[in-house]
Amino acid sequence: MKRVATGAGVVVGLWLVNGLAAGSLVPGFRISPYLLQVVCLAGINIILAVSLNLINGFTGQFSIGHAGFMAIGAYSSAFLTVTFGTRLRGMLAFLPEGAQSGVLLLAGLSVAAVLAAIAGFLVGVPSLRLRGDYLAIVTLGFGEIIRVFILNIDAVGGARGLSGIPRLADFFWIYLFAVITILVVSRIVGSSFGRTLIAIREDEIAAEAMGVDTTKSKVISFIVSSAFAGIAGGLFGHYLMYLHTNSFTFLKSIEIIIMIVIGGLGSITGSVLGAILYIGLTEGLREFAQYRMVVFSLLLVVLMIVRPQGILGHREFVNLLPRRWRLGVEAPPTHG
Amino acid sequence: MALLQLSNVTMRFGGLVAVNDLSLILESGQLYGLIGPNGAGKTTVFNVITGVYKPTAGEISLDGESLGGKRTGRITRHGVARTFQNIRLFAEMTVLENVKVAFHCRQAAHVASAVFRTNTHSEEEERVDEHSRALLKIFHLDHLSEEKAKNLPYGSQRRLEIARAMATSPRLLLLDEPAAGMNPQEAHELMDLIRWIRDQFGMAILLVEHNMKVVMGICETVHVLDYGSTIAVGPPAEIQRNPKVIEAYLGGA
Amino acid sequence: MAVSTFLQQLVNGLSLGSIYALIALGYTMVYGVLRLINFAHGDVYMLGAYAGYYLSRRLQGRDPSLVSALIVMAGAMLACAIIGMVIERFAYRPVRRASRLTLLITAIGVSLFIENGAQLVFGADPKFFPSLAPRADFRFGPVRVTSEQLTVIVVSFLLMVALRLFILKTRTGKAMRAVSFSIDASKLMGISTDGIIAITFALGSALAAAAGVLIGMQIPKIDPLMGIVYGLKAFVAAVLGGIGNIPGAVLGGLLIGISEVMVVGYLSSTYRDAIAFGILILVLLLRPQGILGRVQKEKV
Repeated sequence: MKRVATGAGVVVGLWLVNGLAAGSLVPGFRISPYLLQVVCLAGINIILAVSLNLINGFTGQFSIGHAGFMAIGAYSSAFLTVTFGTRLRGMLAFLPEGAQSGVLLLAGLSVAAVLAAIAGFLVGVPSLRLRGDYLAIVTLGFGEIIRVFILNIDAVGGARGLSGIPRLADFFWIYLFAVITILVVSRIVGSSFGRTLIAIREDEIAAEAMGVDTTKSKVISFIVSSAFAGIAGGLFGHYLMYLHTNSFTFLKSIEIIIMIVIGGLGSITGSVLGAILYIGLTEGLREFAQYRMVVFSLLLVVLMIVRPQGILGHREFVNLLPRRWRLGVEAPPTHG
Repeated sequence: MALLQLSNVTMRFGGLVAVNDLSLILESGQLYGLIGPNGAGKTTVFNVITGVYKPTAGEISLDGESLGGKRTGRITRHGVARTFQNIRLFAEMTVLENVKVAFHCRQAAHVASAVFRTNTHSEEEERVDEHSRALLKIFHLDHLSEEKAKNLPYGSQRRLEIARAMATSPRLLLLDEPAAGMNPQEAHELMDLIRWIRDQFGMAILLVEHNMKVVMGICETVHVLDYGSTIAVGPPAEIQRNPKVIEAYLGGA
Repeated sequence: MAVSTFLQQLVNGLSLGSIYALIALGYTMVYGVLRLINFAHGDVYMLGAYAGYYLSRRLQGRDPSLVSALIVMAGAMLACAIIGMVIERFAYRPVRRASRLTLLITAIGVSLFIENGAQLVFGADPKFFPSLAPRADFRFGPVRVTSEQLTVIVVSFLLMVALRLFILKTRTGKAMRAVSFSIDASKLMGISTDGIIAITFALGSALAAAAGVLIGMQIPKIDPLMGIVYGLKAFVAAVLGGIGNIPGAVLGGLLIGISEVMVVGYLSSTYRDAIAFGILILVLLLRPQGILGRVQKEKV
């Protein structure tokens, strides 16, 4: 019962904040659209970072092709809503418009998640038996191939990009899914399955020797991770209303890696922090345009030299709170 | 029927023959020692049995079922557990978690039940927790359960390795130099522990060791390897008197 | 007719492949000694092109001649050798013992730094390489070879031979091979591993610089991001040949160059860049150690 209450509380809370931000709640008060956009993009990055961390941080596998799965989710869901949107709305005419949009979005995101998960499976099964660097290269390669492939599909715009995507995602939906992502990944990590993932990270050979089917575990975490990347992509497309493959280059994959490294691999809180910090820094320093990237990359190198474990290392914020503050959401075991 | 049977097992790495035509039989509940000078191929034998390497030739079977070519994880689930020469604990995980991981192979719960917090999942978690703590108690590690494995003193780490292997409910336990780096007192305790494990759980134990006191003290059969080949097999007393064994260890005249 | 087209494509591929090979050598040598994928290597190639550009501008006024071309190339190679050593000393050495991921991120950081820094310093607009050597076209039967292509092929070949001789015949070369085999054992043998690693970077970077100048001579347009695509493809070449294996890098480079030209010539140019990745994935899934590489078994 308590769980349902907490869940309902979160949903209502998000809905309220959304209304507040958009100006529909308190007359005359609204957050600047620019700030709102930054916050929303940060939310999408949170989903990307937390899901990638499941693979890179907790399972210790070296994947740098996350943008590819994001792209699959983005384009598949956008294709669905653009092509079948009006027809679907027609079928849902008995619902109020807001609810129609919600159903449409959920349909799109389901497609996004499923297709991205399938892609995750197809990429993961052959690749995950490769060691470290090789896995990184293969995932990088797959990410690029997916991107080039999509670039050449005219049905989704090709080189011109895909426009006319309905604006179905907003603060509410983005952060609802961000919360869901964090919840799901936390539960996975805190479970016995999560333990096997961490064992694989710590010593794959020993994990195998203790009876863990390492390939199966790695593939499962890869599939879950890709599914969420797909969802992030779906939300991305339905927020910006326009998609171009330039948003899904390997530079995007690297950005997500940077987020989780800054925050601390193996820390969900760290990924959230890293995602927020990264967007904050890139937007905050936007005026310095060219200098921004130079300074940023220099800071990155310095960070690796001085504090490679990132801000939180393996720790979670929840573990630093006094016991009685902790909610029904269980903190993953103290691994750091 | 023999629990473990190796028939004419050969392991070749390119031109190097690490294990040459090895045959051995291990009965349930037997304490079997594998010794030999450094480089004799002892750890390779373990690696071949547990599927880390695929044997170049020969057959390995557990309770009649062939192990050859199977993946390590599957072989462990069949009932073969091992410890490592260079301790391979899950460093960042706690002592308790290290043991819990090993219980996973006997669990039924899936990822989905973890996400949705089903009753099955919670019950299983409780069960694993109980069993793990009980196991740690047996090995006198329960007071360290929340300690990170990497922070443990050496002797405790070795014991944890064994405890962890035990958590997979094996029928055959392979111990790779468990007494390495131990002082006489610790080694003596280890001997008692190994004997106790065998008596309590009835499992077969295959032991690779350099510490002769340990090997000769607890093993019923001792198998001597030199450069990958078997040079003697028999009870400790015989082996100690065997001139070929003495020569292998001390060198010829 | 078909045969002559094929031969023409082969020559084109050889020329392109030589460039890839020169860059790939740097990747493979550094991976050999450090097990590090030097993401910034492609950017060193870009810096070599720019070094050549600025040097040749200084020499402007003199007639294009072989000598001035050689001076420009030597200058660029020297400049990048130093840059390579600086990168190693200040960015990679502090993290040498860190995890693979940390090394990877550091390399990416250096790469981004160079790319963005170059955009700042040189300007993001492409520049045009002045012509250095007298132009000519040669005809070998039905096949046409430009003087640039010929230069690329000949110079690349000479450099690769020089490298091979260096690795095989000199003491430093032997030390390099020892370090790539086992860094710890080499230290115990009294080899100054820091020095060898620095030399490895210097050599790799010099070769990349040569490639940059050669490309500048051939396709006169250079820009600060030119290292990305070429670097990636050269990396694929190194993996294809067997990363860590020097003849492998050459083989891989030539194969990628030829395949790329063939695909563009006979199929379509849209998939030009994807070809390299396609090959990469096939190699890694079917034979991850590459054509000439050996399987590394982990000791348990």
